Amino acid sequence: MSTKYETVIGLEVHVQLATDSKIFCGCSTEFGKEPNENTCPVCLGLPGTLPVLNKKVVDYAIMAGLALNCDIAEYSKFDRKNYFYPDLPKAYQISQFDLPVAENGKIEIETDAGIFNIGVTRVHLEEDAGKLIHEGSIDKSKGSLVDYNRTGVPLIEIVSEPDMRTPAQAKAYLTELKMIMEYLDISDCNMEEGSLRCDANVSLRPVGQEEFGTKAELKNMNSFSAVEKGLEYEVKRQREILEEGGEVVQETRTWDESLNKTISMRGKEEAHDYRYFPEPDLVPLEIDEAWKDKMRKEIPELPREKYKRFISELGLPEYDAGVLTGDKDMAVFFEETLKDYDDPKNISNWMMGEFLRLLNEDNQSPFESGVSPVNLAKMLKLIDEDVISGKIAKEVFEKMYNSGSDPETIVEKEGLKQISDEDELENIVDGIIAENPDAVEDVQSGKDRAIGFLVGQVMKETRGKANPGLVNQMLRDKLMD
Amino acid sequence: MNIYDLTIHELKEKIAAGELTPVEIKKAFADRINDVENKVKSYITVTDELADEQLKDFDNKKKEILAGIPIAVKDNMSTDGIKTSCASKMLENYKPPYDATVVEKLNEAGAVIMGKTNMDEFAMGSSTENSAFFNTHNPWNLSHAPGGSSGGSAAAVAAGECAAALGSDTGGSIRQPASYCGVVGLKPTYGMVSRYGLVAFASSLDQIGPITKDVEDSAILMNVIAGHDPKDSTSIEGKKEDYTDYLKEDVKGMKIGIPEEYFNLDFDQEVKNSVMSAVDKLKEAGAEVETVHMTDASYALAAYYVIAPAEASSNLARYDGVRYGLRSEHASDVSEMFTNTRHEGFGDEVKRRIMIGTYALSSGYYDAYYLKAQKVRTLIKDDFDRIFNDFDLIITPTAPTTAMKLDSNKDPLEMYYSDIFTVPINIAGVPAMSVPCGFDSNEMPIGLQLIGPHFGEGKIIQAAYTLEKLLNIKDKRAEL
Repeated sequence: MSTKYETVIGLEVHVQLATDSKIFCGCSTEFGKEPNENTCPVCLGLPGTLPVLNKKVVDYAIMAGLALNCDIAEYSKFDRKNYFYPDLPKAYQISQFDLPVAENGKIEIETDAGIFNIGVTRVHLEEDAGKLIHEGSIDKSKGSLVDYNRTGVPLIEIVSEPDMRTPAQAKAYLTELKMIMEYLDISDCNMEEGSLRCDANVSLRPVGQEEFGTKAELKNMNSFSAVEKGLEYEVKRQREILEEGGEVVQETRTWDESLNKTISMRGKEEAHDYRYFPEPDLVPLEIDEAWKDKMRKEIPELPREKYKRFISELGLPEYDAGVLTGDKDMAVFFEETLKDYDDPKNISNWMMGEFLRLLNEDNQSPFESGVSPVNLAKMLKLIDEDVISGKIAKEVFEKMYNSGSDPETIVEKEGLKQISDEDELENIVDGIIAENPDAVEDVQSGKDRAIGFLVGQVMKETRGKANPGLVNQMLRDKLMD
Repeated sequence: MNIYDLTIHELKEKIAAGELTPVEIKKAFADRINDVENKVKSYITVTDELADEQLKDFDNKKKEILAGIPIAVKDNMSTDGIKTSCASKMLENYKPPYDATVVEKLNEAGAVIMGKTNMDEFAMGSSTENSAFFNTHNPWNLSHAPGGSSGGSAAAVAAGECAAALGSDTGGSIRQPASYCGVVGLKPTYGMVSRYGLVAFASSLDQIGPITKDVEDSAILMNVIAGHDPKDSTSIEGKKEDYTDYLKEDVKGMKIGIPEEYFNLDFDQEVKNSVMSAVDKLKEAGAEVETVHMTDASYALAAYYVIAPAEASSNLARYDGVRYGLRSEHASDVSEMFTNTRHEGFGDEVKRRIMIGTYALSSGYYDAYYLKAQKVRTLIKDDFDRIFNDFDLIITPTAPTTAMKLDSNKDPLEMYYSDIFTVPINIAGVPAMSVPCGFDSNEMPIGLQLIGPHFGEGKIIQAAYTLEKLLNIKDKRAEL
């Protein structure tokens, strides 16, 4: 019988903190500037310059640590990580080695297979490096250019315990982290722009074995789907090696999106010795209770708590709660609407249906659209009060979305009010009966479905404004007697 | 006396009395540079145009402390638009786009900057012979070295090529050349003077300080350069002192410790006699002198030669040829470019220390070397603290000998040993001053080291000022 293998995954996630200025100098962190515009002698590492810590960066790191249920260090320090690379101006990165800002956390994740707790080993602060730019591909480029705008942009590195057993869990963990950072409003978390980056350690071991198997470190997974695909590929690759009786080699591998596979970058022997030692240019960081408490107060309700509350208190289905809390702005918009309109499921239906469709088309957040929570609540009330039909409401909603007007004005101006006056409908209903003798005969011979066709014709004639329930009743009254 | 022989305070008096104008003063020093620089070779760059430019602003700076005073700056302090080479081929043509905080302070105080002085490459050495460009000669005897690494600054002051100078001291680099050149050199408490703009050698030990013709000038320059700088996280916040308040001839009741373990070391008898006779004079003037026991200085030296190279290996890693300074022409890829640039750009001593430091920080050796050295450092600090619980000052020689001959010593370990009296002070982070206390039989100056507790610069200045008066040798100048 063949051995069954268990996958072991740990993630190292880098999150760029959305401070206005860099971690050790006053330069702007704005993305998309001309190359090397956001630089100064300090972040360029010119001889004689010294780093000065940006306090806001520590604020954000403390918030992240607290949100990930970590212990916040009373005493923390910075260390130098030494290595040569053209994008690293000092030839060392200021990072944290043995005394990170936060340690011993955990977060809860959910996949189709259930709910899991994933340990967070540590959260530490460091500075980002620059970027190499090549003309065309790296092999064919005549030279390399360096853009140091990103150098010194603050990062936190969040290291997980090797607690994940499937690529799906890894993806769920990464998604949960992203949501938490977004709720804290400390990062843009944009994987394409590189403000969220993920490396993975992957190994396999026979089920039941305590000891970890030999791991590969996986880099360059630049999207959520790349993380899942990269991990799936790597798990399959290692399983095949083990099943053929081979041995996995400890190495760093890179995910190649175009080839859909992982490729060896460097082996264990070529691994760097970073020669960490305490950064003598900075004083140790002391974080007292008052500072922690101040940051704790800045933390809003986090996505997982919100998700659970939406289900238990508002009675939303898990799916709805998941979609709404999956995006901070959606959740906030939903709760704002709920203040003026007390049918959560109805709001949810509209937000997840029409609203989300339009937002996805325009790739924007709910607050960037013309719809406000107050106006959405007003529109839902207009439906409930039979002022407009559900069908017309879609038209009204789209107009709100595009123009920013309130629904009453739109209904008024466009004459979209539902016709619920029998006198007003009488002629139209009679006309439709006269024009459709076949359908009338069908209805009268008991084919109830034909009545829907006639209702449809009336709706068409009134451009959707007729009250469909009323029309249905009128047709029955006229034809069934 | 010649104008170029005058001290800062004497020049200030003459300007105030209308006897000399800053233009005359600058000319006197510029002429002196023209006359003797080919013999002494103190300067890597003479900044004559900058000096003239600064003089034009004199009317606005009249009331400032150093208005119209010619000052030299060691070539490892960044000067905006002016070459800052660290006496290395690596930075031979490097012009920083900013001023070091101390240079800014000199400018604000109205100083006239005469030039950038020679040094051991990246401040690594004790004779200035590790300069990649040329040797500096000791003004007292041109066949001798000026000491190092701030040899250019000390020689320039001793030769009258400036009124005073700034040096930097990582393990004795201000005090030892001051001692060799018969001038006053102060290494302040770590964190007292901003390091922003000082090209780093060993960040936790580096400190900028004044090299002057007398103690009073040292106090005046300290008033200009000391103080908190928000650009240097390791600079100390707190109220600034007026160091000239300590220019008092009074050591009555001052408790001075003489560490037996230091005086028992094997060193020049003439130096020992000269220092002890100066100590006797202080005693006669009312100081309470006692023998004290301290940790063997050789432990400090061992810790220093792990910690300083370790930090240097990291600090000097940025010279990779990518952004500024030397880039090797002989390379076919990035990794080769790094290697060849560093191979061609650094001198032997710098390479030696980078290798020692890299080794000491390597995985598997870190605990045995770097971590152990840091523990020794803590013990040495505690040792000084313990003595300063009962004593105001400690006195030792500044260096085991007087200035060595140029090209006389090529054994690095022997060179390292010449730092034995000065290195423990940097390890402990306390202040210390070298003051001239006599001459040996070859008429070479001897220096005495006064060590104080953290923030004890005032006490040091007071004792040194008193000693200077008692010895009455401060007006003696090197003849060139």
